[in-house]
Amino acid sequence: MTVAASLWPAWATGAVTILGLAAVTAVSRGFFLWSKRDLRLPDELQRALQVAPLAAIVAVLAPEIFMAHGALIDTWRDARLPAALAATVFYAWRPGVLGPLLAGLAVYMPLHVGLGW
Amino acid sequence: MLAFGPGLAAWGLVTGVAMTQSGLGVGLSILMSLTVYAGSAQLASLPLLASGAPMWVIWASAFCVNLRFVIFSSQWRVHLGHLPRRRRLVLGYLLADLNLVVFQKAWPDRAAHQTGQARYAAGGAAAVWSVWQVSSLAGILLSSLVPLSWGLGFAGTLSMLGIAYSLLNDRVAWVAALVSAAAAVAAFALPLKLNILVAIAAAVAASLVMAKAGQAAERSA
Repeated sequence: MTVAASLWPAWATGAVTILGLAAVTAVSRGFFLWSKRDLRLPDELQRALQVAPLAAIVAVLAPEIFMAHGALIDTWRDARLPAALAATVFYAWRPGVLGPLLAGLAVYMPLHVGLGW
Repeated sequence: MLAFGPGLAAWGLVTGVAMTQSGLGVGLSILMSLTVYAGSAQLASLPLLASGAPMWVIWASAFCVNLRFVIFSSQWRVHLGHLPRRRRLVLGYLLADLNLVVFQKAWPDRAAHQTGQARYAAGGAAAVWSVWQVSSLAGILLSSLVPLSWGLGFAGTLSMLGIAYSLLNDRVAWVAALVSAAAAVAAFALPLKLNILVAIAAAVAASLVMAKAGQAAERSA
């Protein structure tokens, strides 16, 4: 990676990463469409596959909400915590993606842009 | 299908905004929208891309987010298995979560290879693809006018929060999510953003242990 990063411009690394992600989409959506024969997943594997997407999303999410500069947030003057709390409360009231997002942004933007949190 | 239009468009718009606001730039955002075409995986990749994680970690994380498609593909093959492989794979690549929901409403009996099924799937794919791309490109172009200092990239994180909550449908999922969050934070100091993969492995292991414990409890009861 470091060698590639020094020889390549950043956009080329980004483009290769993105085209690889496109291949990931094609492979996952076509996984059981490739073979002509019927393949069955073992039950245990199926169960593992079911929690993996949630685990992956939460793994990316948790540090984005709770951490700053490589450590847990140690101040309450960070707009992310109240914003995530607002989104969570909204979700409990009306489940969905868009509503909680807008509720979270309504708290985040004034604190972040206005007060610099 | 029309009923889902507004929600899908809003979701595409947010993803478009999140891509440019994470610092990806307009060109790469457009490339990502047109080729990757998987909203959750795109959103999950953005913080990893921004922090310079190695490609293979980004790809592995995206594949884990996409594992639901692996399960969906085994359901699609019941209906599309009779098509030539090339068409199966091209159509499969274009079939998103929403397409399966709509398709299974149209054919609730799950019977295989009925006339019109492949055409219905292709029509659905074209509709979802168009709405998604138009709204996502609009999000990219509009948000490139907003300064990065506004921190609108956090919109991507907030929308992932809603997706995560919607997946918390039983006790195993709750435990897996808590394990994953704790592991991702605790292992944050690992190089190469390996904390993400460690967290996924820990959560999957926890869910397998719980399944084993559940079976043992059933046997002894």
